[in-house]
Amino acid sequence: MIKLNIWISKHQNKITAAIAILIALSLVSDYLIKLPIAATVFMIVASILGAIPIALHAFSALKNKVISIELLVTIAVIGAFIIGEYEESAVVTFLFLFGNYLEQKTLEKTRSSVKSLTKMAPTTAELVNDDGQTETVDVDDLDEGDHVLVKPGGQIPVDGKIINGTGYMNEASITGESTPAKKGIGDKVFAGSLTDNGTITVETTSVGEDTTFGKIIELVEEAQDSQSPAARFIDKFATYYTPAVLIIGILVWIFTQDFPLAITVLVLGCPGALVIGAPVSNVAGIGNGAKNGILMKGGNAVDSFAHVDTLVLDKTGTLTTGQMSVTDVDNFGEDKESMLGLLSAVEKTSDHPLGQAIVKYINDLGITKTPKLPELDTVKGQGLVGSMNDTQLLVGNERLMKANQVEITTAQRKAIDARMNDGDSVVLMAMDQKLRLVVGVNDQLRPDAKSGLQALKDAGLKRIVMLTGDNKVAAQRVADRLPIDEVHAELLPEDKVEFVKKFQKEGSTVAFVGDGINDSPSLATADIGVGMGTGTDVAIETADIILVKSSFKALAHAYVLAKKTTANTKENIIIAVGTVALLLLGLIVGVIHMGSGMFVHEISILVVIFNAMRLIKNKPAKLDSNQVLKPADQLR
Amino acid sequence: MAKAILQLGELTCPSCMTKIQKAVENQAGVSNVKVLFNAGKVRADFDESQTSAEELSNVIKDLGYEVLKVKVKEIA
Repeated sequence: MIKLNIWISKHQNKITAAIAILIALSLVSDYLIKLPIAATVFMIVASILGAIPIALHAFSALKNKVISIELLVTIAVIGAFIIGEYEESAVVTFLFLFGNYLEQKTLEKTRSSVKSLTKMAPTTAELVNDDGQTETVDVDDLDEGDHVLVKPGGQIPVDGKIINGTGYMNEASITGESTPAKKGIGDKVFAGSLTDNGTITVETTSVGEDTTFGKIIELVEEAQDSQSPAARFIDKFATYYTPAVLIIGILVWIFTQDFPLAITVLVLGCPGALVIGAPVSNVAGIGNGAKNGILMKGGNAVDSFAHVDTLVLDKTGTLTTGQMSVTDVDNFGEDKESMLGLLSAVEKTSDHPLGQAIVKYINDLGITKTPKLPELDTVKGQGLVGSMNDTQLLVGNERLMKANQVEITTAQRKAIDARMNDGDSVVLMAMDQKLRLVVGVNDQLRPDAKSGLQALKDAGLKRIVMLTGDNKVAAQRVADRLPIDEVHAELLPEDKVEFVKKFQKEGSTVAFVGDGINDSPSLATADIGVGMGTGTDVAIETADIILVKSSFKALAHAYVLAKKTTANTKENIIIAVGTVALLLLGLIVGVIHMGSGMFVHEISILVVIFNAMRLIKNKPAKLDSNQVLKPADQLR
Repeated sequence: MAKAILQLGELTCPSCMTKIQKAVENQAGVSNVKVLFNAGKVRADFDESQTSAEELSNVIKDLGYEVLKVKVKEIA
């Protein structure tokens, strides 16, 4: 029985093809050869052949106390058979099976984005045995503590720590960052990432579904199945709907004594498009997101995000990258290029984040000629001191300058104050007690913050609010460059939660965007928490939506996608309900029969799937340069 | 207790999902059954003294679905 069952499901498509041929033969016999007996025989064989797989499904469901669509079809087909409508019964089984086949093919498409993600999961590993020999094993057979060898260009099969070797790791599948990161002994590596070069040995810390990559896949898989409220309603509805149709069919038979009508009701009552319409939109929408670095945790998240009208943002690490960069340089020396070359040489000796930002800035200007320097002394909390050709050299903050009696002119004072008013950290360079350079350094704004936020507003977002623990000047400075409506500064994490609650009380649906760790209370309180993903477990667990690539373009795409997915779900429900209504009308008027009813049904299922598939192709919107270049005040 | 993860062949009808869900749930010692329709996976916790992953896999095969891979994880 089990074997027969599986054999039939495996060969269902061949059976469907055989039925199609039989029906064709029957039609040929009937109309061309004029052999009605042969035609009838072909139809009978086709009906029986088609009814077997359907009836088996119906029976196995019934054994588990589930009344399935297959049961309705089976009863209808047997009924048609009894009254001698072999043509109808053959056509109905064929359409039902063929519909299944098409459903399967099209569903494969909607699932393709997640499939491609799963395919990236490692399957085998080079296990290093105690004697130093390696053998290829299935990743499932690995345990914590096992040592695995990864060759250049190879995929890292587990989460773990490097215990031997160094190499460049491409971790795009985990962090979305495509620039390879150099990693050596003691560094953590992630399953699913690739080594660009270098052979490494990794000590396993987690395997398979416990790895970060495994968790991402699991999350997406569960998200596609966790249903939106609409889908859940439909699902519940369907569990009562199918038995109800059966009862209605029986009632129709009892009261009208019209057996053909009763079995037609059974066929027409199949809830095909209704059941598949809402979930298929979600699968397509979430799949599209996953492909674009957006993890949406299920239909609920999609639905709520589509209704968001207020976006609340954290500043540091969210709107800004958390990385320092030079904002402005004022030169009071003679030759700016040689001054900067000297500054770069000094800062190269420092591993302070400000210093690194300055070196990068000067390198990017193309200034690579730097003088040789003598030993420099570090003055804690102030900067660096040294001397060169009897010239005293100071690089550091204002306190260092004061301590060394550097005179500051009115113009220089103005330059320093301007940087400080912008909320910058200021780095000064003096030679022989004369100030030569004033450099402002600040946290870098994400390059797509402005265009992304503007795209969100264009998509119908009403209000963007920035909350930050930073000082007011620095906060306002960031806000002025962006289409932000409200700024609240100098806040503690609990103050941020209060703001979110306040907006909710005012009747807004709030999305909170944060980096997931210190913002977790706000992420949890908001209607939708959006995590700027760094691929950490914390971010994955707290947020409803995770932006793997930490980009605002992705956020805007997610918002548009959520709206489109919700609209798509509604369209599908309307199509499905509309079909049933039309069929009933057709039945009453008398234009719809069993075969044609089934045909319309199958068409409606395909229509909802194709409608959902439009969501897969939806690409992140390109921003036109005009929009991006608009001055900030015009944007508000 | 242990957790079984069964990878099935492609699932295409939502009613298959209800069927599998109920059939697995009805086994003795099984709790927390989750059928992932799109991923074609079944996850279930079970009491090893009452049933086995092998048995759960047979239940699903009995319904007419292919079971491609069975994984078992010990849980506390």
